[in-house]
Amino acid sequence: MYRYDEFDHKIVTDRVNQFRGQVNRRISGALSEDAFKPLRLMNGVYLQLHAYMLRVAIPYGTVSSKQMRMLAHIARKYDRGYGHFTTRQNIQYNWPALDRIPDLLEELASVEMHAIQTSGNCIRNVTADQYAGAIADEIEDPRIISEIIRQWSTFHPEFSYLPRKFKIAVTGHENDRAAIKLHDIGIVIVKNDKGETGYEVHVGGGQGRSPFIAKKLTDFVPAKKLLAYLEAVMRVYNMLGRRDNSYKARIKILVHETGETEMRRLVEEEFAKIDASQMLSLPEAELDRISAYFAPPNYENLPAQSDAFEAAKEGNPEFSHWVKTNLVPHKTPGYGIVNISLKPIGGIPGDATDAQMDVIADLAERYALDEIRVTHEQNLVLPHVKLDEAKEVYDILCAHDLATPNIGLISDSIACPGLDYCNLANARSIPLAQEISTHFADLDKQYDIGELKIKISGCINACGHHHVGHIGILGVDKKGTEFYQISLGGSADEKASLGDITGQAFTEDKVVDAVDTIVETYLNLRQPEERFLDTYRRVGMDPFKEQLYAD
Amino acid sequence: MAQHSSKGARFQAVTANRLKDGEVVYFKGNGWIENFAEAEIADGQEAAEALLTRASPDNMEAFILDPYLFEVSESDNGFTPVSVRENIRAKGPTVRTDLGKQAEAG
Repeated sequence: MYRYDEFDHKIVTDRVNQFRGQVNRRISGALSEDAFKPLRLMNGVYLQLHAYMLRVAIPYGTVSSKQMRMLAHIARKYDRGYGHFTTRQNIQYNWPALDRIPDLLEELASVEMHAIQTSGNCIRNVTADQYAGAIADEIEDPRIISEIIRQWSTFHPEFSYLPRKFKIAVTGHENDRAAIKLHDIGIVIVKNDKGETGYEVHVGGGQGRSPFIAKKLTDFVPAKKLLAYLEAVMRVYNMLGRRDNSYKARIKILVHETGETEMRRLVEEEFAKIDASQMLSLPEAELDRISAYFAPPNYENLPAQSDAFEAAKEGNPEFSHWVKTNLVPHKTPGYGIVNISLKPIGGIPGDATDAQMDVIADLAERYALDEIRVTHEQNLVLPHVKLDEAKEVYDILCAHDLATPNIGLISDSIACPGLDYCNLANARSIPLAQEISTHFADLDKQYDIGELKIKISGCINACGHHHVGHIGILGVDKKGTEFYQISLGGSADEKASLGDITGQAFTEDKVVDAVDTIVETYLNLRQPEERFLDTYRRVGMDPFKEQLYAD
Repeated sequence: MAQHSSKGARFQAVTANRLKDGEVVYFKGNGWIENFAEAEIADGQEAAEALLTRASPDNMEAFILDPYLFEVSESDNGFTPVSVRENIRAKGPTVRTDLGKQAEAG
C-alpha cells in the first residue's frame, strides 16, 4: 500500500490545525456561518437532518487493518458506534459534534487518512476496481495511476474552484466494477498493438438530474502523458463549464452541449500545448516509485486446489453457497478474493458497527495480507485470502453477521442514506432496501432470480445510482409524502446503460409488490441462461409495464 | 430551501439546527428547545411570520443555523409535523429507532 511521504503528512496535519482554528472561531462567534460553511465543507463536514455528517476519503477504496481499526475507534469515540460505506468507496459518520471534529481529524491523520476534497467543487476521491491487484487478467493495478491522480489533484491550485464537483474512476480490467462510464472522467487501462500500456479516457458520464454515459475521447494515452491529458480535460471544463446553473455545471452537460467531436478537438488542442511544454510528463522514476507501493504482496507458493477448501465445501452447504456468491477467483494459485456483504437480510446497506470493523481489521491482518477494500456497491473485500483458510474466515464472518451470501443478488442493493439522514433527500431509501431484501430473503429464490442489481436513491441527485440499477428506484416528494419512480434496464458495467422509467410512481407500500411483479415477469419470460438485464434488453419495457399497471 | 409549509397552512412552528452539534431544535418563548412536543405553535400566517422573526438571530451569538417555518397539524394528541421529513427530524432515523430524539424519549 501507498505510504505518506513527508509532504503528505505535512499537508494533512497543517489542514487539521487550520480547521481547528476555524471551528474555534466559529464556535466563539468570531466567524459567521456564511464564512464558515465553505470551510467546513472543504473538510468533509456537512450538516444533515439530525446532526453533522463527516465524510472520510478512502482513496481507491483501499484500507489497511490499522486504518480500519481507526475507523472503528472513531465510530465508537466520536459517533454512535457505526459508519456508513458509500458508493464513492468512502465512509460517512452520521453524528459527530462539530466541536469534536478537529480531534477526530487529528486521530485520522495519525493513520494517513483525512476528509479533504470529499466535498466542494474540486476533484474528489479517486475510485477504482475493488479487485485491483488481485483479479486475473488485469492489465495493470489501477491503484498506481489512481495514486498518481490523487497526488496531482490534491490541492491542485488551478482546479480548486471548478464549476462543480469532479469524480474520476479507474479500472484495469475489461470487466468494469468501478462504474467508470458514470464518472466525470473514467479511465480504462489498455494495451496497444505494440504491447505498451496506456489509458483510454471517457469523459462526461454522470447521474443526477440529467444522466449521461461518458463519451470515449481517446483510445490511448501513454502512461507518462496521462496527467497532461487529464489536465487538458480539466482546463477545458474549468474554462467552458457553465457556472450559471448548478444543475448544468457538471462536465457531462458541457460534453453534451458542445458535442463529442468538438469536445475532443478542444481537449486535443489543450493537450498538445501542455504536452509540448513537458511540464506534466510523468518521470519514469516516479512512476516506478509509486508502482513499488503496489507491488504484489508476498504470496505463498500454493497448489491451485486446496483440499481443505474442497472438503469444507463438501461438508457444509452454507459455506458452499457463500463461496458461490462471495468468493471470487484470485490471480494467484491457492488464493481467493473474499467479498464481505454489508447487506444482511433486512439490514441497512453499507452500515458497519465499530465491532464489525474491528473484526474485519483483525481478519485482514491475520488472513488477507493486511488489506481491505471498499466497493462502490457498499460492500467490503478481503482481496488476498488463502483458500486453505477461507473456511476459518467464513466462520468468523458468520459470527459477526458479515457472511450473507448475496453478492450481486437481489438483496445486495445499493441505497443512499435518503430521508432518514440526508438534508437533500425527498424520500427514504433504506427502508425500501430493507423491505425488498426481507421479501426476497429465501436464498433458493435469490439464486433462481440470479444477478439482479437494485439501486435506490432518495432524490434526483442519484447517490444511490438508480439510473444504472437493473431495477432502479427513485424517491420523489409529492406534498410531503413519499412516492417512488421505478426504472428498468440500467447498468453500470462495461456495457453501461441508463434505465427506462416504467411509468407512474408508486406509493411506499406498493414498491415491494411492484418489484415482485417485475421479478415474476422476468422469471416467466426468461430464456435459459438469461439474466434479468438480458431478458429486459431482449423484450423491452412493454411486458413489464403491462403487468405493473394492469389495473 | 425546499418549501416546508403548504400555502394555506394554519399551524406552523419554527425549527433549526444547533451549531455546536447539529441537534434539531425548536423555538419557544425566547429560546430553543430540543423536544418538538414543547415547540411554540403559531396560528395563522401573521403569527407565523412574527414567530420566525423572533426566532431569527440578528447576530451570530445565537448559534442556531437557518431557522425556518414548517407546517404542523392538530390531532387528538396535540400537534404533529405534516411532512415525513419534519417527522423524521422530530424523532430520528426511522431505520434506527435506537438513535436520535426518539431513543432519548423512550
